Amino acid sequence: MINVALPKGRLGEKVYDMFESAGFPCPQVRDPGRKLIFENEEAGVRFFWVKPSDVAIYVERGAADIGVAGKDILLEYSPDVYELLDLNMGKCRMCVAAPNSFADDSGKTLRVATKFVNIARNYYDSISRDIDIIELHGSIEIAPILGLSDVIVDIVETGTTLKENDLKVFETIVPISARLIANKANFKFKTMEIQGIVNGLKSEVEKKQVEEK
Amino acid sequence: MDERILKNDERAVFALREIYRKFGYQPYKMGKFEEYDFYVRNKDFLLSDSIITFNDTNGKLMALKPDVTLSIIKNYSAEKGGVSRVYYNENVYRVSDSTHSYKEIMQTGLECFGDIGIQNYVEVLHLATDSLEYISDDFILEVSHLGILSGLLKNASDDSEFIYAITACIGEKNAHEIPHICRKYGVSTEFSDKLQMFVSIYGERSKVLSELRPLIEGEEMEEAYRELEVISASIENSPFKDKIIFDFSIVGNMKFYNGVVFRGFILGIPDVVLSGGQYDKLMKRNGKTGGAIGFAVYLDLLERMNIQKKDVDVDIVLLYDENEIPGRLIGTVMQLSKDGSSVSLQKTVPETLRYRKLMKMTDRGAEVIG
Repeated sequence: MINVALPKGRLGEKVYDMFESAGFPCPQVRDPGRKLIFENEEAGVRFFWVKPSDVAIYVERGAADIGVAGKDILLEYSPDVYELLDLNMGKCRMCVAAPNSFADDSGKTLRVATKFVNIARNYYDSISRDIDIIELHGSIEIAPILGLSDVIVDIVETGTTLKENDLKVFETIVPISARLIANKANFKFKTMEIQGIVNGLKSEVEKKQVEEK
Repeated sequence: MDERILKNDERAVFALREIYRKFGYQPYKMGKFEEYDFYVRNKDFLLSDSIITFNDTNGKLMALKPDVTLSIIKNYSAEKGGVSRVYYNENVYRVSDSTHSYKEIMQTGLECFGDIGIQNYVEVLHLATDSLEYISDDFILEVSHLGILSGLLKNASDDSEFIYAITACIGEKNAHEIPHICRKYGVSTEFSDKLQMFVSIYGERSKVLSELRPLIEGEEMEEAYRELEVISASIENSPFKDKIIFDFSIVGNMKFYNGVVFRGFILGIPDVVLSGGQYDKLMKRNGKTGGAIGFAVYLDLLERMNIQKKDVDVDIVLLYDENEIPGRLIGTVMQLSKDGSSVSLQKTVPETLRYRKLMKMTDRGAEVIG
């Protein structure tokens, strides 16, 4: 039996659809009620919904054998897991954004507001830019407008929120999408089963790519 | 001694010592502290940058030992000749990856130094297998050879950033990022395909060797491949041959490790239980001649094994009053515990204590009352 941690929300539902099309269905997942864990013994899978940012923790600590997490979470928390597949969904970008009028003054420390402290620090380390990190937990876009920071490092999907607030993307740090991850130890003992799921999902990803083209 | 009272890790310490002793390994006892300077010089080797430090009585900055291997290397002298074999059981102090706070980790392990070769690598792999097998029948020992990875990467590019990024992908079994990284660093599509293929090679040893063969190019890879062949052949008659696989996702720190590296897993423990490898480069960096190979077993993880929930805290609660004669009380406890039962003496029954039988001291001796 393979334990699968799915991220709650719209992305998780799309991910579940992919599992279902790949031959690992468990229809109750769609109508959870008060139930927390859903099992399809025949298909050998047990699903459960968790907060998207917690998926990597469930997998790293072995409570889930596999799970689906955004690349942003994997880059930020560096969990010790296998990253087996890019599911090519939930696509967006990790970006540096700032007010339209922003011009970087390299003579000053750059003030960066973000939820993704490690990603921001690694990015600016890689270009040797001195920064002051301001960790926020939400409404990041407001920080440069109110003068709390010069720029923000955040996920940009369509760019609409930025546009509405007179902000724009200055740099793309890394493209983001949903990834299938696995616990390293559990993978050793359930290699065949996990590989079966990976192969099934891989075909689905390829099918979707062909359709998109 | 009644082994039931021993915890998994305590039982393992005794058994593993015996396994290592049989192969001529000598016990090695070390101090809890080292000079901080010593670790600073070998900082890259340590699994975590954070070390607990304090000032000694003479003002010298000391560290609570974060690692055992470095201390053993420090004390190793090649002048003795031959092969030195030591085993240890020590606590080390590191920052845990998952909790980001300091943890005391009990580890037992062995090191084999000196004029060593393939025979010793096989010997150490054999002892690693025996160690895992003692802990549980459901184990996997995965073996890799850094010569394969190092040779493959050198054939692609000598850009250290490229090597770092690709090594991370290989460690994560992440084939999908490889084409992007190769494009970024101007590495050919042909090589990108080779690297992607390399990530997908793992599992049963003979299958791995045949899939790996077309990727072997250059002396370093050839030599590593030959060593893997010898290792695979030497395992062929082992009763645990199906539990020893090849997997190149063990990437390690190639500044210190070279050659054979391996990791052990136990079903039910979601972490690496045993970790080891050949570290000739670390020896050289510390001014020592000769090769070295060893491993550590992380005993603290064994507490997660075979967790049987206790239904009671003690078998018997024996109630007594203040006038009870102490000698008679102790005698009764000894009598009741003869069959292995545990007995807790109490004046009243504590609210949270769970017990199987409630007894009370009366003029006639201990009587069951509940």
